[in-house]
Amino acid sequence: MKVLGLILVVACWILLAVGATDFPRMGDPASPAALHVSPRYLEKGLAETQTPNIVTAVLADYRGYDTMYETTVVFAAGVSCFLLLRFFRRQAPPHTLYRHKPSGTVVAIQRGYRLRGPHPDLVPIDRDWAPHDPIVELASRILIPLIQIFALYVVAHGHYSPGGGFQGGVILGASLILLAISQDLRTAQARLGERSNALLSAIGVLIYVGVGALALALGGNFLDYGALAGLMHVDPVYARNLGILFVEIGVAIAVMATMFFIYRNVASAGALDEGL
Amino acid sequence: MIVQLDLVILTLVVVCAVGALWVRDLLSAAILFGAYSFMLCLLWSIMGAVDVAFTEASVGAGVSTVFMVAAVFRTSRRTKD
Repeated sequence: MKVLGLILVVACWILLAVGATDFPRMGDPASPAALHVSPRYLEKGLAETQTPNIVTAVLADYRGYDTMYETTVVFAAGVSCFLLLRFFRRQAPPHTLYRHKPSGTVVAIQRGYRLRGPHPDLVPIDRDWAPHDPIVELASRILIPLIQIFALYVVAHGHYSPGGGFQGGVILGASLILLAISQDLRTAQARLGERSNALLSAIGVLIYVGVGALALALGGNFLDYGALAGLMHVDPVYARNLGILFVEIGVAIAVMATMFFIYRNVASAGALDEGL
Repeated sequence: MIVQLDLVILTLVVVCAVGALWVRDLLSAAILFGAYSFMLCLLWSIMGAVDVAFTEASVGAGVSTVFMVAAVFRTSRRTKD
């Protein structure tokens, strides 16, 4: 079986290598893409969209359909992780564990007994060997706001510098994941519950599609942001700039929520307990 | 584009890729895969595709490594083949 796989892989590689010789050389000015498509974007992109970063203009405006379905693919990945991993029924453990935070002692409480109200120093844990490090907790407490501000900058500044909704959304999601790793998943879940997380990842996709449908309703083509000009009282070129910003915000929300949605299901194996 | 630097990074990409397939410890494979993504990110930025490099750094080297480590943590750490 292994030998068969190896033969298949080598055969496919040879086919790929033979096929790749037909490609135009990297940076070849006579290649089809460099003859018609790229010059069009580079020459007219700035005048048509007021977006100095042509990559963002191409991604969110000229190739808006592709980016819309990319966002949908990310959303589908989150949903399939949820459907595969999440389970709701579980038998009650023989005892529940609590960590006394100031001293680090682990307290086990037998089934049938429970704490009288929430205690500020006792946090619920699932495994008594779960590591706990105040230095990591404090360091990430300082880091997370900075990461989030940087992510918002990446989203908002995608018109002028590398970045945009996808990267900014991933960084935002990574800051939530850092919170879940450095504290535990329960702390992160208190900030962003499961239901609102799932809703957010759907809302992000809906914002993108909604902007496109709004353009359709106002008489333009689907995802033709120039049609939004009358609604916002700006000229059509600036409307395309703003339309790019709107869909980038949608992408950022969808990607952020989906990254954390995937993490919470993978890290806790669907139980949504304390995670890693 | 500096050819020597390019060659060094390309070699590292191949080494990381083969290493990620070779090692039997899945946690090491996940970390090697993160290193592979980071080297690819350097390659993209050398080629001038800064947006792609940014995405590769945040998604490939960042979040997907975390997902893989989490998945290894929740399953088994050794491969069976």
